[in-house]
Amino acid sequence: MTSEALLIAGGTVIDPATKRNGRFDILIENGAITSIKPAMKAREGLTIVDASGKLVLPGLVDLHVHFRQPGREDKETIETGSRAAVAGGFTAVCPMPNTTPAVDHGAAVEWARQEGARVGLVDVLPIGALTRGQRGEELTDFGELFDAGCVALSDDGRPLADSLLMRRALEYAKVFGRPIIQHAEDFALSAGGVIHEGRMATVLGLRGIPSESEAVVIARDLALAELTGGWVHVAHLSCSRSVELIRQAKQRGVRVTCEVTPHHLALTEEAVAEFDTAAKVNPPLRSEQDRQALIEGLTDGTIDCIATDHAPHTDWEKDADFDSAPFGISGLETALGACVTALITPGLLSWSRLIEALALNPARIAGLNGHGLATGEPANLTLVDPDEEWTVDPRRFVSKGKHSPFAGRRLQGRVMKVIRRGKVVGP
Amino acid sequence: MGNGAVTTQGATQTAQWTKKDLLGLRDLTPEEIRLILATAESFREISLRPIKKVPALRGKTIVNLFFEPSTRTRTSFELAAKRLSADIVNIAASSSSLSKGETLLDTVKNLEALKIDIIVIRHAAAGVPHLIARHTGASVINAGDGAHEHPTQALLDLLTIQEKKGRLEGLRVSIIGDIAHSRVARSNIWGLTKLGAAVTVCGPPTLIPPHIEALGAQATYDIGQAIRDADVLMLLRIQHERQEALLVPSLREYRLRYGIDRERITLAKPDVLIMHPGPVNRGVELDSSVADGPHSVILNQVTNGIAVRMAVLYLVAGAAKSEALDDE
Repeated sequence: MTSEALLIAGGTVIDPATKRNGRFDILIENGAITSIKPAMKAREGLTIVDASGKLVLPGLVDLHVHFRQPGREDKETIETGSRAAVAGGFTAVCPMPNTTPAVDHGAAVEWARQEGARVGLVDVLPIGALTRGQRGEELTDFGELFDAGCVALSDDGRPLADSLLMRRALEYAKVFGRPIIQHAEDFALSAGGVIHEGRMATVLGLRGIPSESEAVVIARDLALAELTGGWVHVAHLSCSRSVELIRQAKQRGVRVTCEVTPHHLALTEEAVAEFDTAAKVNPPLRSEQDRQALIEGLTDGTIDCIATDHAPHTDWEKDADFDSAPFGISGLETALGACVTALITPGLLSWSRLIEALALNPARIAGLNGHGLATGEPANLTLVDPDEEWTVDPRRFVSKGKHSPFAGRRLQGRVMKVIRRGKVVGP
Repeated sequence: MGNGAVTTQGATQTAQWTKKDLLGLRDLTPEEIRLILATAESFREISLRPIKKVPALRGKTIVNLFFEPSTRTRTSFELAAKRLSADIVNIAASSSSLSKGETLLDTVKNLEALKIDIIVIRHAAAGVPHLIARHTGASVINAGDGAHEHPTQALLDLLTIQEKKGRLEGLRVSIIGDIAHSRVARSNIWGLTKLGAAVTVCGPPTLIPPHIEALGAQATYDIGQAIRDADVLMLLRIQHERQEALLVPSLREYRLRYGIDRERITLAKPDVLIMHPGPVNRGVELDSSVADGPHSVILNQVTNGIAVRMAVLYLVAGAAKSEALDDE
């Protein structure tokens, strides 16, 4: 909390929650928005933030990050991850529970939240494990986890294979009105795979992961969600068949939401050429036709939100042969630029739809109330220069993870300022 | 050309070798491939001399860094290096050194510190030679990386076909067997198509990778068709362990459907060449009567392997030298 009063002046406000899209000034007092008007006069004691030529957006929300703490603090911590999130324009993030040990009990959720609060840069909203130790054998104590403050449950990285357990999880989670997040992958079909099963896999002689290893699990989960009335959220969609399955399920009224990553929207399997492990990610970067289908899904509302799946690794692990290197991209700091470059610049998506996917919808899925630029709401906002072009240099990332398939690429759209609860926190 | 032992009159006059490494045939131009073949032709004669040695690479240090067991490729490189008077060291590295915490790049940096000129590497993982080449100033020669490429094998195959048929352009080559897991198949498809041959791959659908046409090859599941049309039949080893991955129901089933035996070979053109990168799985992909029969050039392939590897060692060593001079 700060008693300082801020005036965000001269910017173009885009806020899908209030459907604002135009020139507004925003007054912030005591950490909350107190006034939004087309033009406000400066008064004494007011700090002016000149936002002319900038977009003023609700703070971005990332439903899917890996902060590695506890267990692999050499890859990332809640502190370094929070800093990377701010650099990427985010004011809230949801860390996945696949740490060591896994976040499968209330105390682990509480610790992560407290550490997030101590760092104090972004809202850290943990996702709890779906099964004990993420072993896929017995469900965690959902009530304890939600009481401790987690926002969803997932065994991310280890898809729940047991159909009966998935059914019970979807049924039982209805008590709490929160989603089960599924990393959809049939491990029998994807076994040994390191790259999309497509042209590049054959050229490079690498074992492929077929799109169907994702689609068959989504098909099952949609059937179970329909059976139970439970809420399934599908993580990181990667292929056209998955988009089609979810589009049809939504038409039938199945309670399903889903996300896509910036890298799947911007890149294809070609990014792996010459064995670039920075582009090794799971699910893998797929074909151009899949990429187009993902963009279409985002445009027509089949895909609810964009999440980074920020997955930092150390240099020594990533500087290995393609089979041995771990899956994962350091994605927080390129998310906005990648989306603007892939979607806005070519005219495929509107800014308001992009911000729906990067802020409003993930906030709703995470159960954050409000999260719009309206009077009385917490002042969480992100200022963006929509035109600035920059070259990605992963060595300069704030995150400990320095591996990005966008390395050396020119991106358009840059985060200029992030304000959380009325305080400028970066970048 | 050093020491007058070698001439490359067969090579296209304009072709010149400039690459530090030989990582695969996909990266090479047709001219570069022809240059290697022409150089190999001129080296072939050295192995026929009573004193099988020229001083072309005297003072160069080469390391055979093999992370997978290999007898013929390793020996072939070793003899090639010795016939060029280079010093060569064999390192049979197991991946266990990696489990001790040392990374592949640690190993490479150690070799760098030992002042090695050329690293010949074989590894079970695709792309390892590329990773190493990016991190060392030494020349790197790919001696087989996973299911990716095995360029010197394909080059010796090209040399053998050219020797026996007098040309490559316009020939039809059928590669039969486990295409999906074969680095030999991939390198041969690149090399053969770049030099104007047409390649058909043949095997059951479980052994043909998707998008194989993207490499420029045709695919068929019909063994009769693959045999009838071909000037060259290149057989690949069917590995027992693939059975466990459910790719073929049994070796017997494979032999009955796709094995080349006395009867099936009668479908072929009378002057067909039978090739195999070895070791032959007798009685599976190839019957002994065919492997040892009049069409077989399997042992010519082995002999040509030395000439091709001499050529490759010689060319990359020369490129590294001129690069060093440019730096000065």
